[in-house]
Amino acid sequence: MSKKTNAIISAVLLVALCGFVVVLEQILPSTHIALTVLKKSCIYALVAVSMNLLNGFTGLFSLGQAGFMLIGAYTYGVLTIPVADRASVYQYYDGGLIQFAAPVFVGLIAAGIVAAIFAWLIGLPALRLKSDYLAIATLGFAEIIRAIFQWDKLGMITNGSNLLRKFPTFKSVLFPLIVCGVCIAVIVLVINSSYGRAFRAIRDDEIAAEAMGINLAKHKRMSFCISSFFAGVGGGLLAMYQTSIQASTFKSAMTYEILLIVVIGGLGSVTGSCLASFLYIACSEWWLRFLDTETYIGSFKVPLLRSGFRKVVFAVIVMVVVLFYRKGIMGDKEFSPARVYDWWQKKKAKKNAGKEAAQ
Amino acid sequence: MSTNILRAEDITMQFGGVVAVDNLSLEVNEHEIVALIGPNGAGKTTAFNCITGVYEPTNGRVEFCGKEIVESYPRGKMKKTYKGENAGKYSKRVVLTPDKITHAGIARTFQNIRLFSSMTVFENVLIAKHMRAKQNLFTATFRLNHAEEQRMRKEALELLEMQNLAHLKDEIAGSLPYGIQRRLEIARALATEPKLLLLDEPAAGMNPQETQELAEFISQIRDQYDMTIFMIEHHMDLVMQISDRVYVLDFGKLIMEGTPEVVQNDPRVIEAYLGVSEDA
Repeated sequence: MSKKTNAIISAVLLVALCGFVVVLEQILPSTHIALTVLKKSCIYALVAVSMNLLNGFTGLFSLGQAGFMLIGAYTYGVLTIPVADRASVYQYYDGGLIQFAAPVFVGLIAAGIVAAIFAWLIGLPALRLKSDYLAIATLGFAEIIRAIFQWDKLGMITNGSNLLRKFPTFKSVLFPLIVCGVCIAVIVLVINSSYGRAFRAIRDDEIAAEAMGINLAKHKRMSFCISSFFAGVGGGLLAMYQTSIQASTFKSAMTYEILLIVVIGGLGSVTGSCLASFLYIACSEWWLRFLDTETYIGSFKVPLLRSGFRKVVFAVIVMVVVLFYRKGIMGDKEFSPARVYDWWQKKKAKKNAGKEAAQ
Repeated sequence: MSTNILRAEDITMQFGGVVAVDNLSLEVNEHEIVALIGPNGAGKTTAFNCITGVYEPTNGRVEFCGKEIVESYPRGKMKKTYKGENAGKYSKRVVLTPDKITHAGIARTFQNIRLFSSMTVFENVLIAKHMRAKQNLFTATFRLNHAEEQRMRKEALELLEMQNLAHLKDEIAGSLPYGIQRRLEIARALATEPKLLLLDEPAAGMNPQETQELAEFISQIRDQYDMTIFMIEHHMDLVMQISDRVYVLDFGKLIMEGTPEVVQNDPRVIEAYLGVSEDA
């Protein structure tokens, strides 16, 4: 299959997906769990892809994603709360310091930029570390940031440990779908550019990459900042999804959720991360819900089903997936129509070969 | 008289109490093939690492094309424990990272092959072009550097064709046979457009026939690209066949320098390699 047909079919599939979502929204009631899952999985997909850029494509094991999402969420919230509502949101801090409201998109881009600036600063010392040590340093950073944002001395801006709310949010699934889609497309463009190749070279062999004239410090910092930028945007979107921001929701557990998505999807696979984030969110919030409710068949009480059992089953599923797909669902391959076509052709050829051999 | 391209002066590299390279001075002239030989553990690769910026030497300086790329002197704790010579000779510190040195025009290969093993042959060579491309993150992401990207791809492909690797361009580098991986590593080093090529044991693990092919390949590169080559090698027949001059290193010290014929018959070299007989 030629590159052009592949691109056309991919584009058609993406448009079909958007169309499907629009139809779904018309049919289902607006509170239906499917729509909630779609919204959340779009946002998680963006953050997972941004983490994959760092962990899967540049080989930097970082666990700071929740911290950058928190920065993004707060930046978005602080900048976009309407002036009229500020007095009620910042009721303990005389209406807060900032007395203007930025448009939604300015807020989202600012969320990314502020997260990237923080990443640059953290990167100066932290990116000298390697593997597990970098993970520990970034994890520590995320925890520190969470504490700082709850500090009441900064309350004029961050509202201390109180909620930030009343900022503009979205209703339609289409908004996170399109914003995340565009962001992921940009990340894919980066990965396939000359710089993306340099990132992968660093992942494969740092010493050889340096001997090829790739400035390690510069490229690592670049990757870290890009990743954090999109984590920041993802944080802003998550704030819109949750309709309120509280620093305590951005715990390291959130980073692990995203790491789980990245690993299950496949380190080094963008489509894998997108797929895994949908499956993860759908499983944990929707498909396995029935396990949490006590069920009676006639007068027979189904054993084991009770609140919390869902998590047990979920953990088992994750273990099974990891056992059978050691490199994640997609490995480091990407899903594309051309690949499916090739796979299908090969299967056909095998079948034919089998038939001929039988004759 | 050919001009001098690489000049290393008084390079000493001390790790803790071990002096791996001891007061090594050498010169490589343009269009020469120079070999650095010596028994195992003589400090050959360490010397290479000092020249390419992987290590900062404890003392000494390196000049490339008349420009200083490395200079160092014993500092800190090393000041007291330094065992080498010329301790007070240098007082400046110039430390270029390996990527800057590659940018200046020294390319190298590694003793244990270091290809980007999950990437294709073509991508391996293409990465070497990244450094000299006129682009930035923004133009590269949004494909505003289209012409530059095309040029990089074209040059990389031309290079692969010249090295007879073009038919393998979509293979994953890690899956290639050993000999081809060596060739690819040299091709990748050439893609950085160097003036000087450092080869670290290019014939390691090769059989006599492959070694013979490699010898021709190296001479060919020198003539085709007007390259200067400085290599570490153990295969004596390869060294004797293609090199113009040979440096011999033993226990970190330079024991002699000369043409292959002279070196081959020198008793000191034979002694270093074979040991000296007890009853002699």
